[in-house]
Amino acid sequence: MANRLTRAVTGVQDWFNDRAPSFGPFYRKHMTEYYAPKNFNIWYIFGVLSMVVLVNQILTGIFLTMHYKPSAAEAFASVEYIMRDVDWGWLIRYMHSTGASAFFVVVYIHMFRGIMYGSYKKPRELVWVLGMLIYLVLMAEAFLGYVLPWGQMSFWGAKVIISLFGAIPYIGGALTEWIMGDYLPSDATLNRFFALHVIALPLVLLLLVVLHIFALHEVGSNNPDGVEIKKGPKGNRWSDKAPADGVPFHPYFTVKDTFYTGFFLIICAFILFFEPTAGGWFLEHDNFVEANRLVTPEHIKPVWYYTPFYAMLRVIPDKLSGVLVMFGAIVVLFFLPWLDRGKVKSWRYRGTGFRVAIFVLGVCFVWLGKIGAGPGTDPVETVIGRILTALYFGFFGFLLAYTGLGWEKTKPVPERVTGHD
Amino acid sequence: MPLMRYFLYATFLAMAMALAAPVDASSGSSNLQASGASLSDRGSLQNGAKLFFNYCSGCHSLKLMRYSRIASDLGLTEQQVMDNLNFTGAKFGEQIPPSMSAADGKTWFGAAPPDLSLMARARGVDYIYTYLKSFYLDPTRPLGWNNTVFPNASMPNALWSLQGIQTATFKAHGSDVTPVFEKFELHQAGSLDAHQFDEVARDIANFLQYAAEPAALQRKSVGVWVLLFLGVFTLLAWLLKQEYWKDVH
Repeated sequence: MANRLTRAVTGVQDWFNDRAPSFGPFYRKHMTEYYAPKNFNIWYIFGVLSMVVLVNQILTGIFLTMHYKPSAAEAFASVEYIMRDVDWGWLIRYMHSTGASAFFVVVYIHMFRGIMYGSYKKPRELVWVLGMLIYLVLMAEAFLGYVLPWGQMSFWGAKVIISLFGAIPYIGGALTEWIMGDYLPSDATLNRFFALHVIALPLVLLLLVVLHIFALHEVGSNNPDGVEIKKGPKGNRWSDKAPADGVPFHPYFTVKDTFYTGFFLIICAFILFFEPTAGGWFLEHDNFVEANRLVTPEHIKPVWYYTPFYAMLRVIPDKLSGVLVMFGAIVVLFFLPWLDRGKVKSWRYRGTGFRVAIFVLGVCFVWLGKIGAGPGTDPVETVIGRILTALYFGFFGFLLAYTGLGWEKTKPVPERVTGHD
Repeated sequence: MPLMRYFLYATFLAMAMALAAPVDASSGSSNLQASGASLSDRGSLQNGAKLFFNYCSGCHSLKLMRYSRIASDLGLTEQQVMDNLNFTGAKFGEQIPPSMSAADGKTWFGAAPPDLSLMARARGVDYIYTYLKSFYLDPTRPLGWNNTVFPNASMPNALWSLQGIQTATFKAHGSDVTPVFEKFELHQAGSLDAHQFDEVARDIANFLQYAAEPAALQRKSVGVWVLLFLGVFTLLAWLLKQEYWKDVH
C-alpha cells in the first residue's frame, strides 16, 4: 500500500519534472533550501503575518464584491445588506475590516523591526525599497477601500484627502476633478475607486510582494544580531554548502510561523468577535451614517493608520507645506539605507545615540498618531505636534550626522549569531 | 541590555493602552449616563421592540431591519410580530418602512425624522438612553420641547405620557453667556415612576442597539468557539514547533 502510494507520488513528481524542470528547484530555493538564520526572534514574524493578512484580505474581498454595489445610491445599504441578510456576511465584512487595521499593525511593526536590526542596509537596500513601495500602495489601497462603504467618513475623508492634490500649484484644481470625475466625491468617484481597489492596486500589490520576497531570497534574511550568515562558516546537518547558522525555511520556520500565526489569529478573532469596531478605531462611529454632502461631520479624521501623517499635515499652517511635509515623511523612509552610513546593523551593537534616536522615533510616530486622531483644536497640542514632526525628521538628520561624521561608538559584533529562542 | 529592551516594550505597551481609549462619537459624551443595556437580556429586547413600535415607529423607520428577522432573533412568532409590532401593512419579510413621508416630517417637525437602523452604532447606546431621558419643557421651541443631550432637537418628547413632563434649571456660569444645565424637575407626573421610566429608556436603547447590529447576537457565541479552536490549534502548533526545533542547536 505504502509502496503504491510512494510510486504514485514519485510518478506525479516525475510527470512535472519532465514538463517543467524548473518547478522543483524553484520550490527548493524558496522553501526547503532557503536557509534563514536560526536566531530569529518574535520581531521576525511580522513579514509572514502580513502575508497571512494579505491572503485574508483577498479572499474576504472576493466574497464582499459578490454583494457590494459600487454606486452612490446603493453602496451604503449594500454593506448593511452584507451585515444583515447575507449568510455569514457580517463575518466576512469584519474579517476584511479587522484585517485592514491588522495589516497596518503588522506592517508598521515589520518596518520598525527593519530599522532596529538594520535590515535595510547593504546588501538589502532593494528589499527595503520594494517594501516601502508595498507600504505606499497599501496606503492607497486602504484609502480607496475606506471610501467604498460610503458613510460620512468615507465621503468627507475622501474629500479631504483628494483635496490635498489641490495644493499642487497650477494643475491642482484640474487634478482633483480628474481624480473624482466630478466636483465632489460622487457616484463616478465611488465607481472608479471600486475598480482601483479590487483590481488595479491588488495586482500591483501582489507583484510587489513577490518581488520583495524574491529580492530577500537573493540576499538572505538579516537577523537580530545583524550578522551575515552567508559569510560565516558553511555546513549544517542539511547541507555542506549552506550557512552553518541557517535553518531550512521549510519545515522549521513554517512550523514556527504556524504557531505565531495561531497566536496572532487569537488576537484578531478576539477583536473581530467581541469588539469589531475596536472602540471606534477600526470602524469609525460616523461611518455608520450614510454619506451626505450637505452635512459636515464635527471631526473629519482618517483611520488610525494615517493619523501620524495627518497630524503633520494639520500642525503645519500652510497647506502646500503641510502636504509636502506629510509626503516627505514617507519619502524620507525610502532613503534610509543611504542616510544611515553606519556599518553595524543591529541596534544590539550600535551606539547609544542610535538606540535613543530609534526610541524617540517610535514615540514620535505613536504620539503623532494620537494627535492626528483627535479633534485638533488644542493649541498646545499643535505645538507638541510641531515638535514631534521636527523630531521625526530629526531622526534621519541625526542618523546621517551620527554615522557620517563618525560619532557613533559601536560595540564589537560577534562572528556568529548568538543563539535562538 | 535586556533591561533596556523591557523598558522599550513597557513604554510602547503603555502608549498602546493610552491610545486604546475609545474614540468618542460626540463631544458631549462625557455627560451620558450608562444605560446598562444588554443584548443577552431577551426580555428587555422584546419589551424594547414593543415600546419602539408603539412610541417611535410612527415617525421613525428601521429600513435596514426586517420584521421576520426581529421575530427569529427575539423568539417571537410571525403572528405575534404581525399583530403587535407591524402597523405599516408591510409584509413579514419586508424591511420596516417609515409611517410618514419625509416631506410631511419636514413640514410638521422642521426636519424629517431620521431612520434609526444604525443610530446606536453612530451615537452609542448610552446616547440614546440619555437622550430619551433628557427632554424638558421649553416654550421658546416650536413644539415646546427641548433636549439637553441634543440641544434644539426638532423632536418632541414622544414618551411624555410615561415619563411625565420635566423642566430644566440652568445656572449662570461666571461670565459665560450660555448658562450651564443644572438639573431636571418633574413638572407633571407621568404614568411611570422614575425607575420604571429608566427601564423603558433602557429597553428602547437596547432594542435599537440590537437593530443596529443584529449579528451581535450571533458573533459572540460564534467567537467563543473560534477562540477555543484557535487555542487548541495554537497549542498543537507550539508542540509541533517544539518537536521540530529540538534538532536546532
